[in-house]
Amino acid sequence: MSNKPISLFDPAIMRQAAIAAFAKMNPLQLWRNPVMFATELAALYVLVLFVRDLLTGGEGAAFAGQIAFWLALTVWFATFAEGVAEGRGKAQAASLRRARSELTARRIVDGQAQAPVAASDLAVGELVEVVAGELIPADGEVVEGVATVDESAITGESAPVIREAGGDRSAVTAGTRVLSDRIAVKVTATQGDTFLDRMIALVEGASRRKTPNEIALGVLLAGLSLIFVMAVATIPAFAAYSGGAVSAVALASLFIALIPTTIGGLLSAIGIAGMDRLVRFNVLATSGRAVEAAGDVDVLLLDKTGTITLGDRQAVAFIPAPGVDERELADAAQLASLSDETPEGRSIVVLAKERFAMRGRDMTNARFMPFSAQTRMSGVDADGATIRKGAVDAVVAHVRSRPDAVEVSPEVRKAADKVGREGGTPLAVARNGRVLGIVHLKDVVKGGVKERFAELRRMGIRTVMITGDNPLTAAAIAAEAGVDDFLAEAKPEDKLALIRKEQAAGRMVAMCGDGTNDAPALAQADVGVAMQTGTPAAREAGNMVDLDSDPTKLIEVVSIGKQLLMTRGSLTTFSIANDVAKYFAIIPALFVALYPSLTGIDVMGLSSGPGDNSAILSAIIFNALVIPALIPLALRGVKWRAAPAGKLLARNLAIYGVGGLIAPFIGIKLIDLVVSGVGLA
Amino acid sequence: MKIEGWILILVFVGLVALIARPMGLYLTAVFDGRRTWLSPVLAPLERGFYRLSGVKHDSDQDWKGYAASLVMFSLVATLALFALMQLQHLLPLNPQGFGPVAPNVAMNTAVSFVTNTNWQAYSGESTMSHLTQMAGLTVQNFLSAAAGIAVAVAFARGFARRGAGQIGNFWVDMTRATLYVLLPISILFAIYLMASGVPQTLAGSLQATTLEGLPQDIAVGPVASQEAIKMLGTNGGGFFNANSAHPFENPDPWTNLVQMLSIFSIGAGLVIMFGRMVGDERQGWAILAAMGLLFLIGTGIAYWSETQITPAMVAAGVDPSLGNMEGKEIRFGLSASALFAAVTTAASCGAVNAMHDSFTAIGGMVPLLNILAGEVIVGGVGAGFYGILLFAILAIFIAGLMVGRTPAYLGKKIEAREVKLAVLAILASPLAILIGTAIAASTDVGRAGILNPGPHGFSEILYSFASAAGNNGSAFGGLTANTDFYTYAHAIAMLAGRFLVIIPALAIAGSLAAKPTAPASVGTFPTNGPLFIGLLAFVIVVVGALTFLPALAVGPVAEATANTLN
Repeated sequence: MSNKPISLFDPAIMRQAAIAAFAKMNPLQLWRNPVMFATELAALYVLVLFVRDLLTGGEGAAFAGQIAFWLALTVWFATFAEGVAEGRGKAQAASLRRARSELTARRIVDGQAQAPVAASDLAVGELVEVVAGELIPADGEVVEGVATVDESAITGESAPVIREAGGDRSAVTAGTRVLSDRIAVKVTATQGDTFLDRMIALVEGASRRKTPNEIALGVLLAGLSLIFVMAVATIPAFAAYSGGAVSAVALASLFIALIPTTIGGLLSAIGIAGMDRLVRFNVLATSGRAVEAAGDVDVLLLDKTGTITLGDRQAVAFIPAPGVDERELADAAQLASLSDETPEGRSIVVLAKERFAMRGRDMTNARFMPFSAQTRMSGVDADGATIRKGAVDAVVAHVRSRPDAVEVSPEVRKAADKVGREGGTPLAVARNGRVLGIVHLKDVVKGGVKERFAELRRMGIRTVMITGDNPLTAAAIAAEAGVDDFLAEAKPEDKLALIRKEQAAGRMVAMCGDGTNDAPALAQADVGVAMQTGTPAAREAGNMVDLDSDPTKLIEVVSIGKQLLMTRGSLTTFSIANDVAKYFAIIPALFVALYPSLTGIDVMGLSSGPGDNSAILSAIIFNALVIPALIPLALRGVKWRAAPAGKLLARNLAIYGVGGLIAPFIGIKLIDLVVSGVGLA
Repeated sequence: MKIEGWILILVFVGLVALIARPMGLYLTAVFDGRRTWLSPVLAPLERGFYRLSGVKHDSDQDWKGYAASLVMFSLVATLALFALMQLQHLLPLNPQGFGPVAPNVAMNTAVSFVTNTNWQAYSGESTMSHLTQMAGLTVQNFLSAAAGIAVAVAFARGFARRGAGQIGNFWVDMTRATLYVLLPISILFAIYLMASGVPQTLAGSLQATTLEGLPQDIAVGPVASQEAIKMLGTNGGGFFNANSAHPFENPDPWTNLVQMLSIFSIGAGLVIMFGRMVGDERQGWAILAAMGLLFLIGTGIAYWSETQITPAMVAAGVDPSLGNMEGKEIRFGLSASALFAAVTTAASCGAVNAMHDSFTAIGGMVPLLNILAGEVIVGGVGAGFYGILLFAILAIFIAGLMVGRTPAYLGKKIEAREVKLAVLAILASPLAILIGTAIAASTDVGRAGILNPGPHGFSEILYSFASAAGNNGSAFGGLTANTDFYTYAHAIAMLAGRFLVIIPALAIAGSLAAKPTAPASVGTFPTNGPLFIGLLAFVIVVVGALTFLPALAVGPVAEATANTLN
């Protein structure tokens, strides 16, 4: 999906959105958005006044007509914004649908594969067979066999992945293709309910429900609108006191200018775009609520292996025994590792090459001893030398058993203990009866993680590393990676307990996991990101699925959640701050006939003499145009960076609060120059 | 503009800040139920009272129970006060032999004193018997203030408690507020006033021979006792019609200063109490700072404006260096009058020592704006505190979104329910003010009451409804308010401004008390710093401005701009 990024303003999407926007203006759909619904009603009301004036030859017809037009355009801009936001999702959904369309399945009955049937006939619990070249017909769990699967239809990742029975890689997804071998799959979801279906619904925005913060914001906007209903509805009475009247068109204009049309028009586009940003990061959230919760996260639980460290131990140093040259040790270690294809073995070869430029040698007479769990050593017998490397105890025992044994120096022991204390693994190397020294194997912390964690700390998020290592090793890695805390020798139930403890203290917890034993913790966490490669149980328990199975992505998820809320808050502030200028534009124009002195508060110097409606028209045009002007911001989200809340607020208040106060003064003035210049009102 | 005027204003603000902390600590002790230095005397009294009344003082109420108790209590109090005014001619302590109060005025007055408004559609010295003043009005001065304090305390508990269903016991809070706070301070204050020459007697009036050689009746009565609680409880209902401009209520600049300080003392103390209760006193100071910021801006504008006189006054031969002394007492002068006007309207007190009607257009708009801002600049005892926190909830909601988190205030998540209730509470008084003003301005019964034509008359109407709905009680003057229309319309506004705020506020307290408290981190936006202070002040101004700009435009703004044009 992310392999073909669709531009924010793809012409095809714009065209579709422009047409869809008209359909969305249907009042039956629009009433869900009270602010825009009110705007549409006002547009209709002014339209009626326009028609009346036209028929009766009233002089205000031209003005009423223009106001009706701009009010309708305001609504259209809002529905257009929503359409653009949905557009990209719709395009993605279309390609997903193609993947789903013609799925067929071969059931296994009594161990025999049957003739193909439509995938829609499958029921949960049934077994199906899928062989190389076929599409997997339904979401399920591999119960038999191993296969490579091309999941690019879902993840956009072209490299095939391995799916096998048992373990943490057993989940398969409908619509993905088996490339090799044969697997038997137990169906876990029927059509209409599969992962693919959920994804389609999600990217299309069909299953979009309002999130808690969105509801709360909606209440605030409705409350504000209610204040403005009162402020505007009482104006005729105030005017009557002075023995005058104000024009109905002007009142309707004032009302629409005041209610928060900007944020009201962009609110749903912001929400859709937020989900879309997640999808582009290849993360699927089961609900908008989960995305919002991500922004609130206080504690991040991260598995050590694969998230914080590379997962493989690497040789970082040779520590020779007293009287042994480091080069000699490196040479022996490299020899012993030449046939060792494990990452550890390879890293020893590489280290020796880097340090002493040792490379390829003649090994024709060599006899390699592979590693075994019994001996806990591997090595080579070549040129009459017996070289062994392995766990310190095992190598020492091996040396002592030889007739040419040399007493092992206590320095070697000390060096081994030191490596262990620092979170590394000591590997002893011996030639014949002599221990040459120690190779320091280290769990290597991924590049850049420390900076990411520092960034999280600036945001006020605490990181906790979860590891099965002993506390000593864990502490060393935690210090190196810069996490705030760690949980050592962790069992799955410890994870769950930790989450509960943090939540009881009022914190929001995010974690990611892939195994079945992660499922309870994933379900308990406020934000649980399951890996796409994980088990069906894990995928069900989490409220997000990461299609790339990259645990560090939690950090992106958090920032997307925050950005979503910030965009809403900032545009709300902007929208409300705009009202001040609109009042200053419209109030003098409204009352100028009754109180000519009120032109004194027309700080913009708009052309608003009696019978001159330019100021009102300009305010309404500004009110309409500000929506399309802000669509890019609504879709991209406001700029976000990791900083303490106080700094973020100061920055956003300066831009959207103060900017929102000033911008309309300038905008309305410029529009007024055009409007009165052209003579529109 | 004289430097002494500015010094007075700044000294006053400094003194309020000095009083706030000891008052806050004392209030915290009282409402946490701890021992105070008055306990040896008052604790037995308190226990005896609970035994007599059957109050279960150790069981807390949920918000519904608390609100129901408050509403019932207010209802009974209103009826009792109404009955007293209707029957005063049959009861003792009526030396002037006043008849029963007109029913519409009695109803208006009963509502007015129970809602802590003290709007007076009557002249005290020529309407109310001593018994009505003492057993009716003064008693309500205590009880309505105590009720406001009780709601504030319950509201603060909403933030302080976690995972709790209860927000306190209304009867206990009422008792403690009266017994430990209002009574002792009022007694000391009344003694000070008596020493300064304020009368305290049961006699009806004095006979004096004036300079003209004619005899004159000068009304006196139990003034000092009513005066003390009138200020302390931000009631504002004067014994005399002239209120604190009357030399028997407010004899000299010193009593004037002490009266102003007493208006703010409990309101400021409650904010500090809130900080103490939530475990971070600076949270209280931040709120107080936002109040102080708005207060200084308003007061500065009012004082400056009163030093400027209109072209019309210059034409009439007024010395411009005097400033606008019309309707002001010489013994207070410009600054003490402008300051008093700002204090009494900022704090929902409503006592006056000058005629706000005679202020300049801008000078008169400041008291009006103080009221329209929601009576949250220190505000009425209790009401100001929970009022400003409602604004704080809205400010936090928007600010919280802007930092990318579900908004939370002091660790309590602000969600749809809280926003809904806060909006409801904040809407209540604008609703009453705008609708009331619109009806009055557009009907003959409404327009019949005004004294001045044009925008100034409109301001008189607007001010009266603002004063009623804001539970302030001060009068702009000029408006004849004892007509059927105004007595009933104002009564409705007063009830809306009181109970449509208190009930949602208590509901918020209940909802917050039940929530867990999330610990603060650098990801949560700090609510004890200058940024929050500025934001809160800004939200209050913007909400007020957006709501009332059209109304202000056709009233004081039209008048002011017309004055400048001329």
